[in-house]
Amino acid sequence: MSSAAVVIIAIPTLAAALAAATLRNLMHATLSFAVALVGVAALFFLLGAEFVGLVLVFVYIGAVAVLIVFTILLTRRDVGKNRGANWGGAFLAVAVFGGLTWAIFKTQSVAVVAPYVRAITVKRIGEALMTSYVWPLQCVGLLLTAALIGALVLVMEEKR
Amino acid sequence: MSHWIIDHLWLICAVPFAASLAILSLPNGRHKSAAALAIIGQIAALVMSFFAFLPTLQMQGLRAVQNFTWFTFGSYALRLGWLLDPLAAVMLIMITLVSLCIFVFSIGYMAEDRNFVRFFAYLSFFSGAMLGLVISNSLLLLFICWELVGLASYLLIGFWIDRPSAAAAAKKAFITTRIGDMGFFLGLLWLYSRSGTLLFYDGGNGCLESAGLALLGASATFIALLIFCGAVGKSGQFPLHVWLPDAMEGPTPVSALIHAATMVAAGVFLVARVYPIFSSGAINGVTSSLTVVVWIGVATALMAALIAIAQADIKRVLAYSTVSQLGLMMVSLGVGGVAAGMMHLLAHGFFKALLFLGAGSVIHGCHGEQDIRKMGGLRRLMPVTFSTYAIGTMALSGVPLFFSGGWTKEEVLHVTAHWPASRLPYYFLLAGVVLTALYMTRQVIYVFFGDRRAASQRAHESRRVMTMPLIVLASCAILFSVVLTPAWPWLHGYLTDEPARFEIVRLIQPSLFLSLILVGAGVALGIWLYRKAGVRDRQRPADIDPLEFAQPQLFRFLENKMWIDELYARTVIAFGWMSARLSDWMDRHLWDRLVRGFGRIGQLFGTFTASVDEHGINAGIDETTAGTRGLGRLVSAAHSGQIQTYLGVIAIGVLALLLFYAWLA
Amino acid sequence: MTPTLQLFLFVSVALFSAGLLAALSRRHAIFILIGIEMMLAAANLNFIAFWRFSPQSQAVTGVLIAIFSIAIAAAEAAVGLALVIAVYRHYRTTNVDRLDQLKG
Repeated sequence: MSSAAVVIIAIPTLAAALAAATLRNLMHATLSFAVALVGVAALFFLLGAEFVGLVLVFVYIGAVAVLIVFTILLTRRDVGKNRGANWGGAFLAVAVFGGLTWAIFKTQSVAVVAPYVRAITVKRIGEALMTSYVWPLQCVGLLLTAALIGALVLVMEEKR
Repeated sequence: MSHWIIDHLWLICAVPFAASLAILSLPNGRHKSAAALAIIGQIAALVMSFFAFLPTLQMQGLRAVQNFTWFTFGSYALRLGWLLDPLAAVMLIMITLVSLCIFVFSIGYMAEDRNFVRFFAYLSFFSGAMLGLVISNSLLLLFICWELVGLASYLLIGFWIDRPSAAAAAKKAFITTRIGDMGFFLGLLWLYSRSGTLLFYDGGNGCLESAGLALLGASATFIALLIFCGAVGKSGQFPLHVWLPDAMEGPTPVSALIHAATMVAAGVFLVARVYPIFSSGAINGVTSSLTVVVWIGVATALMAALIAIAQADIKRVLAYSTVSQLGLMMVSLGVGGVAAGMMHLLAHGFFKALLFLGAGSVIHGCHGEQDIRKMGGLRRLMPVTFSTYAIGTMALSGVPLFFSGGWTKEEVLHVTAHWPASRLPYYFLLAGVVLTALYMTRQVIYVFFGDRRAASQRAHESRRVMTMPLIVLASCAILFSVVLTPAWPWLHGYLTDEPARFEIVRLIQPSLFLSLILVGAGVALGIWLYRKAGVRDRQRPADIDPLEFAQPQLFRFLENKMWIDELYARTVIAFGWMSARLSDWMDRHLWDRLVRGFGRIGQLFGTFTASVDEHGINAGIDETTAGTRGLGRLVSAAHSGQIQTYLGVIAIGVLALLLFYAWLA
Repeated sequence: MTPTLQLFLFVSVALFSAGLLAALSRRHAIFILIGIEMMLAAANLNFIAFWRFSPQSQAVTGVLIAIFSIAIAAAEAAVGLALVIAVYRHYRTTNVDRLDQLKG
């Protein structure tokens, strides 16, 4: 892991993220969003969390981005009318960025180097999920089921 | 398996309860699922009862007790428990077996009823409560189940709620048994205050064990009599027997299960269960409480048998015969023959259920007609029903040798004959035997012999699902006699803890011939009296009973149930009316004035406070409200409904936190 | 040269701010959703980074939190998008400025 690699990955990631936030065309913005998430996944790989990176790719690129695209297609007629931006919001976002950056570089305790660790295997994650984290896992499963059903109910045709 | 059941005895009554709940949750049209659930629950209970029965065979006098704490208040814990002993075990087998037969029969009998599902839910509920009653090891738990079976009985008597007579009968049953239960409850409280526990057996500390009985002292007699009140109500003993014949308004399977085989026997079971209290301080086996039991039993047995002779409704005849047989069991318990009484109870459970189901089959075949004078000649049309009914009749009449009822009645007569206090009950019971044979012969002749009359013209045999239970119960009524004979009195030994030996010689007894003669006399009298029943004979029209023709006044007296209902109407109920009128008058003219006076004082006070409220408090409240409203308007202005504004405010919050951090640093 | 935790935190902050920008400045409901998802991704990056740089990185806590948060984010996206469609059907718009029924 070298700083160069991080920077090389981070630059296109952030560029894509910025594009996702600012592009006029919704479809382009969504694609940029997907690219930004691929970059984040790459950073996860770099940090040794390969499994999380893979999950991120599967869930975001495979499911969420596709869902967004579908939604855009389903609500297409409206897309053209949303010109203009909320400049106050943009200013706030920039201010938060500045403040947080200042805070990070001010805090010395985070200027540390990573210790050496053995790679974490999927087996260990699986074991942890099935033992001490089994309740959260069940809860998340329940939540996903509820979200699935809820989403279906929400988009069902209203009967009049 | 058996040991597991002993540890989990409660499951036997929990399973039918669960089935009942499940059935109640079914929608109304699901006949098949309802019947299937009820029958599966019943089969499970039967299997478990069987496995609970096995260990009582292996260990003589087994008494397995499972006590638990219901709840604690302060330092005191109220404990309940389950009990398995031979008495409970045989009752379990009898109840589950008879119930199963009746459940199956009901599928056919109730097939066209709109409330089929509800019916099976109630039946299962009853079965669970009855099984709980049998295995409870605490008088309180027994009382709870006792009231639950009472509730089930009420619900099922009034099952056809759209019939006013059914509703009235249900109410009558409930109130009449409640009078007895009142006594039972008082007895329970008294027992508790003396002995400090309601558990029957508790490792030497129970109220039926010697230490507990010693605490009762002289009050044991009164406690026993109060508890007996409950038994009188439930088992339809004189003078609280009036509800039982009216209870025949319910569907016939209900009459068979609740008002013949099981629930009404609960009174007898109760006396047998708390027998140590009755017999405590006995001199030569006689106590005053037991003497009361004997005479109540004798009166009931004889009176009901007489009334049965003059009844026209097929189910009412059987109902009075049930009352009479229950009286017989009470006599047996009273004279000290607990085993004999319980044996008669078990045998009676089988053959009376058989008779009622047979009657149900007859009623079903005759399209709902219940008047025996309108039937006749059904012998050819309904052969299965006829043959099984005949078996039931012979068992009830006490024909010796092959029929269970004969042996148990023999046993009861035997113990009654040896009662040291008096010989009279024995003679009365002998008269009862003749009467029983007489009225059963009358009924069989009216229903099955002679010419076909109005209701039996288009009669037909019932479906298989209804005749199968009849055959099973008839086999039970015969096969059961194997363990009852004096030659091998296995059941007697099982109940009394003595090993039974096989001695064929004991089969030949003088009393056996005596009862053979008596039964024969009854049957012969019946045949002679009713040989021309239902047809025109000399000056007698066809629709008049031969006995009515010969003795119109006596017949009227019996037909109207010895005017007991009317007597109650003139005395107890009239007294109730009068006191109700009196309290009504007092309410209107005395209490009402008082209440109005107090009301006026309150009104004055109210006027005063109202003025204070108006001028003092209200103004302050108004000010506060106005202030709150203004504040609310202010806050609501911040709610723009714009999601991004909200988000922006959160971002400003983050910035504020950062500023705070910077200030700290 | 090995990277420090600061570098990752900076990347995370930048990503978060981009998400915030999208959520605050755009009028289209889907942009707000995209913005929220990016902010969540930034938070996940933080979790992973802190896990990797912590002295007890043998513990799997950070990784599992990230996994759970991704799962929850997926549920949120599904419901959010369904809401967008439902709202669109009802009001014929996805412009959040016009959705102010809850105005007090």
